[in-house]
Amino acid sequence: MNKKKWLGHLFLIILSLIMVYPILWWIGAAFKTNDELNSVNIFPSSPTLTNFIDGWTAIAGFSFTHFYINTFALILGVLFTTLISCSLVAFAFARLDFPLRNFWFAIVLVTLMLPSQVTLVPQYDLFNAFGWINTYLPFIVPHSLAGGIGGTFFIFLLVQFIRGIPRELDEAAKMDGCSWFGIYFRIILPLMKPPLVTVGIYCFLWNWDDFLGHLIYINSVDKYTVGLALKMFVDSNSAVPWGQLFAMSLVSIIPAIIIFFFAQRHLVEGVATTGLKG
Amino acid sequence: METTNESAINNASVEQKLPFKKFRVKRKKWETPYAGYLFLSPWLIGLFLLTLYPMIQSVYFSFTDYSLLEAPNWVGLENYKTIFLEDKLFYKSLTITIIFVVIAVPLKLIFALLIAMVLNQRIKGLSIYRTMIYLPSLIGTSVAVAILWTNIFGKDGLINGVLALFGLTGMNWIGSPDTALGTIIVLVVWQFGSSMVIFLAGLKQISAELYEASAIDGASKVKQFFNITLPMLSPVILFNLVLQTIQGFQIFTQAFVITKGGPIQSTYMFTLYLYEKAFAGFEMGYASALAWILLIIIGVFTAIIFISSKYWVFYQEGGK
Repeated sequence: MNKKKWLGHLFLIILSLIMVYPILWWIGAAFKTNDELNSVNIFPSSPTLTNFIDGWTAIAGFSFTHFYINTFALILGVLFTTLISCSLVAFAFARLDFPLRNFWFAIVLVTLMLPSQVTLVPQYDLFNAFGWINTYLPFIVPHSLAGGIGGTFFIFLLVQFIRGIPRELDEAAKMDGCSWFGIYFRIILPLMKPPLVTVGIYCFLWNWDDFLGHLIYINSVDKYTVGLALKMFVDSNSAVPWGQLFAMSLVSIIPAIIIFFFAQRHLVEGVATTGLKG
Repeated sequence: METTNESAINNASVEQKLPFKKFRVKRKKWETPYAGYLFLSPWLIGLFLLTLYPMIQSVYFSFTDYSLLEAPNWVGLENYKTIFLEDKLFYKSLTITIIFVVIAVPLKLIFALLIAMVLNQRIKGLSIYRTMIYLPSLIGTSVAVAILWTNIFGKDGLINGVLALFGLTGMNWIGSPDTALGTIIVLVVWQFGSSMVIFLAGLKQISAELYEASAIDGASKVKQFFNITLPMLSPVILFNLVLQTIQGFQIFTQAFVITKGGPIQSTYMFTLYLYEKAFAGFEMGYASALAWILLIIIGVFTAIIFISSKYWVFYQEGGK
């Protein structure tokens, strides 16, 4: 190995350490006692779990178990509806032949970049009129209509993938008398597993972090998601209990980290091929 | 290269035929008109009900004094007049957001590009470095990280702790109006990993032959960067720039959790103002007008980037 390569490695190691140092320090801090919290050191001198135990029940009335169940319920609903609706719509764009198809696809591309602030107020007004405030319907219904957070991105991503599946497969099925739904369900859908995993991951991550949406539509503590609970935790104490707060916020990113390490390939490739935000 | 040339020829011949094709464009029949619309229906309903209708309504609201509690009254251009002529907070939040975007987005992209180039050198352990550098992007917009940041840049936080090791005395970075915006910019730039991954994919597309040929001609690394890498990568740079600019204008969570717009409104982002008008003051009409102004500003910035791209984005001949 030559000198230049060594320098490259050295640079990358230092950079990587700087990048992840705040996260490592955060992990350490969650196990530290309060008098040690201000130390730069990553490792706690006497690791303790009290931050986790006390933090978990620090919000009066509800433990974090409750907020996690809420968040997972919300996200499961969103995930399930997204996978169905987006794959159906993508199948239409990629395989079916109907009037104005290219026009509608152009609309998909235009709405891809549309800032959500423009529809924020009227959507709130609409859901308010439906009596959906303080329920999870303002999240689940848009996703079941192939919208919501990232919906158009997902359509686009799936269309690109289906276009790569050989058409001979559908034609053979058509000859055998398979309906269009049959082709979607029996042929395309099973082949779409890899991009559907990517869609599922991003749908999960983005909805987990959809703080503004949760903030606007959910207003009673018993329906709070983890993000809202954390924000309330910060606001409700005049002297912020940092140790507990670190522990609880650390737990809240564990799902993202687990997904990341299990599906890294999908994530990174998803970003690289479609330019999804990370 | 051969295939691209071929497709260029095909493209040219198609374009030549186009005037005649126009007359033949009427098709006899669509293969699956009903199935097509059936499969498309979820998205179509969503488009009309949750995008187009709200957009039209948002235009209408912006000309009213709608407050959610009372029916909207038409006030004409009153909201816009107030915003442009009297609303100091509008100008303040807009200025802060533009400063944020203009600093954070280029910084983020420069980091992303430089590190992508380092990683592109067939280095061992690439995936480990990539993982570590991408990690902040994964969790960066969460409330959890915003909370972490509040502490790290606080008076007794990690940054000051590190400074103390070098004998420097830190300050309350988040509590001071001069540095609060800087901490948010650092947070956003820290998440350059996703842009970097896109750059990395773009760099892999550049043919090694180009570098080999120029090396034979005696081009230096710096020359190669400016004459090969940058031009070949410019479409990807354009893509990242547009994406990050649009996202940058919409920053909310970080400012809301870390600084709540303070101190003395030094981090009062436009979306924060919009949020407070709409959901704290329930001035829905006024907030709708603000939202449209934001959309137009984002549109103008995107348009400027696209127009300027004519001068700096290089498309390979025969490419799409």
